Amino acid sequence: MADLRLKGLRKSYGSAEVIRGVDIDIEDGEFVVFVGPSGCGKSTLLRMIAGLEDITSGTLEIGGKRVNDAQPKERGVAMVFQSYAIFPHMSVRENMAFGLTIAGASKAEKEQKVAEAARILQMEHLLDRRPSQLSGGQRQRVAIGRAITRNPSVFLFDEPLSNLDAALRMDMRMEIGKLHSQLDTTMIYVTHDQVEAMTLADKIVVLKDGEVMQIGSPMELYHNPANLFVAGFLGAPSMNFLQVDVLDVQGEEAKVSNPSLEPIVVKTAGRPIEAGHKATLGVRPQHLRVSETGQLHGNVTLAERLGSETVADLRLDDGSKLIAAFAEDKILDVGQRLSLDFDSDAAHLFPVDG
Amino acid sequence: MASSLKNPDRTGWAFALPGTVLILTFIVIPFFFAFALSMTNQRLISPNPTEYVGLKNYRDLLGLAVVTLEPERDDSGAVVIDDDGEIVYPRLRTITRSDDYPQYRGMREWFRWQSGEDARIVIASDVVFMKALVNTLLFVLVVAPVQGGLALVLALLINQRLRGINIFRTIYFMPVVVSIVVVSLLWRFIYDGSDGLLNNVLSWITFGAFQPVDWLGNTETALGAIMAMSIWQAVGFHMVIWLSGLQTISPTLYEAAAIEGASKWQTFRYVTWPGLRHTAVLVLIVITMQAFALFAQIDVMTSGGPLDSTQTVVFQAVERGYGKQDISGGSTISVILFVIVLTISLIQRYLTREK
Ligand SMILES: Nc1ncnc2c1ncn2[C@@H]1O[C@H](COP(=O)(O)OP(=O)(O)OP(=O)(O)O)[C@@H](O)[C@H]1O
Ligand SMILES: [Mg+2]
Repeated sequence: MADLRLKGLRKSYGSAEVIRGVDIDIEDGEFVVFVGPSGCGKSTLLRMIAGLEDITSGTLEIGGKRVNDAQPKERGVAMVFQSYAIFPHMSVRENMAFGLTIAGASKAEKEQKVAEAARILQMEHLLDRRPSQLSGGQRQRVAIGRAITRNPSVFLFDEPLSNLDAALRMDMRMEIGKLHSQLDTTMIYVTHDQVEAMTLADKIVVLKDGEVMQIGSPMELYHNPANLFVAGFLGAPSMNFLQVDVLDVQGEEAKVSNPSLEPIVVKTAGRPIEAGHKATLGVRPQHLRVSETGQLHGNVTLAERLGSETVADLRLDDGSKLIAAFAEDKILDVGQRLSLDFDSDAAHLFPVDG
Repeated sequence: MASSLKNPDRTGWAFALPGTVLILTFIVIPFFFAFALSMTNQRLISPNPTEYVGLKNYRDLLGLAVVTLEPERDDSGAVVIDDDGEIVYPRLRTITRSDDYPQYRGMREWFRWQSGEDARIVIASDVVFMKALVNTLLFVLVVAPVQGGLALVLALLINQRLRGINIFRTIYFMPVVVSIVVVSLLWRFIYDGSDGLLNNVLSWITFGAFQPVDWLGNTETALGAIMAMSIWQAVGFHMVIWLSGLQTISPTLYEAAAIEGASKWQTFRYVTWPGLRHTAVLVLIVITMQAFALFAQIDVMTSGGPLDSTQTVVFQAVERGYGKQDISGGSTISVILFVIVLTISLIQRYLTREK
């Protein structure tokens, strides 16, 4: 069993607090992804779990045991670093067997475990090479192999793919996903690439400035973001935010409008929205359609045709900007006037401050 | 200026010129001079013309032989035993001054050992030089590993993020900055036989049980004392080289090792030491070359004594060349030293090569 409980975890460097009370429950076998902008504390949190950083306060439990003060090796974790961290003077085979060598495993056991890991990662032919003779993707595979051979109860990945080019990143992403379904081990994965987060995760933890913004499955976060930050962080292009006036609130519904938006009724989802105040209306670019009867009016300032999709930048009548993504190849002229329509169920209404 | 910059070759040579001239004048040309002089009988000041003598100087320095002396026997053929119960041998000069053995003429005893009834004697053309050679090799053999190892230990201790660690860095490096002559003078007081610091400290910590030793005046301790002081003096320099090597090792490798469960020793063995390969080669070669050049300490502290127990090759070269005004002899020693150091460096390079 390797479930993790993070309770009120905090980390300070001197007077600077970088992790400010994080509570996360991770079940055995779950694939959890930490996302957030650069500097939000993802790596720090992961390194606290690994035992590479002290925990200032709070408790960390792995498999039901409090491990705040345990050495990294006592936590049963394996870690894959962004910079690979494979030993340059050892062959691939020796690198992969490193943890076993340290533990004093027999030669036969090492052979067998390395062979198995190499088979899973499809790198049998590379075993006798030196790291300097490998490509970036192959090096990262060695690092993952080193993690596998030790049969850890938790895998930790700190942006393992960010040094790879786009095509390779996609391959490796799929392999890591496959690896998880094969090994069925708890994995914690740090990234700032939301595609990795959305495709790999059972559960995403969105962090900002050392605080958890929301925890949930990828679709939960995408369709029901808890706040403006999560709404804007997930999805590409990111969600449009319109400043609107709240005209009326009826139970769970509010009527809102602004100079370029005709009055529309949207759900408040229990958020504190008050009539007569301002609010922020979030609409994903993908949810916008061109329509004669659309409620939003503006002019095209830029159109990008991607073949499968057309992304249009618009300037709305009140001067604000809007991005619309149409799931078709559409010819739009700069300056062209458009009326856009969206499903009010797909819109999110937030209080102004989040 | 602009035109010369467009000609990278010529500009390059222009930049290299001052250095090249200096190296030629003070290193390359003197070396060839030394080589040429070692084939002559040149003296510093001499009324006689210089003559070419071939390899005579080398023979005079390096001539070595083993001779066997049979014990003296009385009329009945029995071995003569002296009052102390030792076998009596004829004097060595019966061989080295005999016309029967012109090849041993002028050679002197270096050391002897017993083989059955006979005595085997190693005789050398130049016993002092032989002692110097052995002392120098001994010095290198002790100083290179001990100084290199100690410097590594200090570097490992100092390569930590602790408050005030820079103070230690400075302290360890300080002796390097002080002139070796000054250091040698100071250590002469430390090693002083009657009232030296070392004797006082030793006697203090043993509650007076320790009998003072004249560290530099005793053939048993003089070379060891100079080794200890030399190791202390330059250890900081090599520590800094090790430190720079340590800092090239990526911290992530240490983190990876920690997560894989490596102990302190395993981390050193699998991460630190392999990462220091190139530094180790550098430190080893530099220490070896410095150790072979041992001179100032000897000159200041013992002048090769007592009883030639601290003679060294470079000290001999200077003593011959200038003390005895035997320029050709001094040159010959320099050339021999050059060949030894070159050979050892090449062997070290070969042994530590990238496989
Ligand atoms: N040793 C340290 N001393 C002081 N502050 C630190 C230290 N290490 C990290 N920080 C700070 O902690 C914060 C979180 O850093 P962290 O490396 O966890 O960010 P991250 O989310 O992993 O960012 P990135 O996506 O760029 O890797 C940053 O603001 C950083 O400046
Ligand atoms: Mg990071």
